[in-house]
Amino acid sequence: MSEYLISARGLTKKFGDFTAVNGIDFDVSKGESFGLLGPNGAGKSTVMRMIGATSQRNAGDLTILGKDPELNGPQIRAHLGVVPQQDSLDMHLSVSENLYIYGRYFGLPRKFVKGKIEELLTFAQLEEKRDAKVEALSGGMKRRLTIARALVSEPEILMLDEPTTGLDPQARHILWDRLFRLKEQGVTLVITTHFMDEAEQLCDRLIVMDKGSIMAEGSPASLIKDYSTKEVLEVRFGSDRNQEVADKLRAMCERIEELPDRVLMYTEDGEALLEKIYASGLHPKTSLVRRSSLEDVFLRLTGRTLIE
Amino acid sequence: MFIPMAVAIAEARVGKRGERYYSGRVPQLLERGFIAFKSSTWMIVLSGFVEPVLYLLSFGYGIGKLLPTITVGNESIKYAVFIAPALLATSAMNGAIYDSTMNVFFKLNHDRIYHGMLATSMGPLDVALGEIGWALLRGFSYACAFMAVVAPLGLIPSLWGLLAIPAAVLIAFGFASCGMAVTSYMKSFQQLEIINVFLLPMFLFSGSFYPLTVFPEWLQFTVNLLPLTHAINLVRGLCLGHINVGLFGHALYFVIMIVCGLFFTTKRLNALFMK
Repeated sequence: MSEYLISARGLTKKFGDFTAVNGIDFDVSKGESFGLLGPNGAGKSTVMRMIGATSQRNAGDLTILGKDPELNGPQIRAHLGVVPQQDSLDMHLSVSENLYIYGRYFGLPRKFVKGKIEELLTFAQLEEKRDAKVEALSGGMKRRLTIARALVSEPEILMLDEPTTGLDPQARHILWDRLFRLKEQGVTLVITTHFMDEAEQLCDRLIVMDKGSIMAEGSPASLIKDYSTKEVLEVRFGSDRNQEVADKLRAMCERIEELPDRVLMYTEDGEALLEKIYASGLHPKTSLVRRSSLEDVFLRLTGRTLIE
Repeated sequence: MFIPMAVAIAEARVGKRGERYYSGRVPQLLERGFIAFKSSTWMIVLSGFVEPVLYLLSFGYGIGKLLPTITVGNESIKYAVFIAPALLATSAMNGAIYDSTMNVFFKLNHDRIYHGMLATSMGPLDVALGEIGWALLRGFSYACAFMAVVAPLGLIPSLWGLLAIPAAVLIAFGFASCGMAVTSYMKSFQQLEIINVFLLPMFLFSGSFYPLTVFPEWLQFTVNLLPLTHAINLVRGLCLGHINVGLFGHALYFVIMIVCGLFFTTKRLNALFMK
């Protein structure tokens, strides 16, 4: 058996003429938190579904715990906890009934599942909602319940597709905290996201995907180091003037990116660059110095922003 | 090495027939049915029982006053005795259709419940059999309740009538398998209405309220192709004690419906979820 939990070589998925995933290679090790970062439509969810043995590949190899999802779908799914992008909770059942019946779907004995429910309600901070109908829960609670539900079978790999999309900042932080705990317990996480802060917070290593291909791979820090500068200066001259001054700005630093509303300038020292701009007689309406993020990596690799 | 229980359970099924489609979880899906049933809308549950009884009261005792007896073959029977088996067959059909169309459509497209189910170690055939199994349990209880009302009234002349209950379950199985297969291809709620456009005329023309012999031959021929006609003939034959080889023919019609319905449902669920 290979040392990797998940291993993909030349993994390809087509829908008719459209190639959703175009021959990608990656490996996920045990206990790792692995991310797929990319905009909507990059092929992340398709990769997740192929790993989850609910979508068949068209070409290439895919091995999960030494098994081929095409041949051993039920056995592979027994190892996985799946948190889909769209909630699929059972609206006709209460919170604890949702956890109970999901455990039963795996064939687990009643007694075992009943014991698990208490542990999972505590983990998801939903003890007080145990008898509530799912419809009455907030978005963040539904997400936590979906994660708890995915954990009922004690999976080795937890698959999270856009786990915090649509949640408010507080709910996101609660969720991240729960996921950190799982990671500490040694659960392997596979996460898709189009939020770079989420990828930076949660992922040990990630692949940046665009249009079905892998653009780059590495830890968040190494990707930023390889594909961006230490700091970024964001300047605004007003929508109509940004382009006029772009040529002048380009000469002052390593690289610039022109966005519709602002210009991003890549440099090792943002403050020094800003002084240089003032010295040249230009006066931006607003300016901001920040550290480089994965957003800048993505922009560098694709020429586009993650959230359009 | 620690092996999670869910994995051990799934591994134990390796090598079994159809292991990629079926994991033997029908009891678990029925369990879900019971849990959800406890908090379901009781009006809808009751209506499945009340409807045939209302038909029996209004037609059986209304028209029965104008038309005290009706001739079937060379036997004269009370009008209520004539329609009671037809109402049993029709209620088996209606219950099965409701559970396998409306309910299935919502779980499939709106609540995404099947998406959740199929992310576990179950397969599409588990889901199909579980849903249909639930429809059958319901059909079985309606049939028992209806019999408990009509038998004491003397509307079931033959002891063979007891077999009308398993016959009703067979009928429900046929309609539920086909109903679920058709629903799995439906894209919108409006398309579901097409099923009703088909069901109501079938109910009115399949010999529920009068013998088919009143129709011209071409119409008799057409109506004889419809599933409800076979359902009514099967149940009526049993209730009246008219036992002949033809009853096997009617039963066979439903066996074919079951096989075809399950085949297309599984195929379609597989295409929808394992694409």
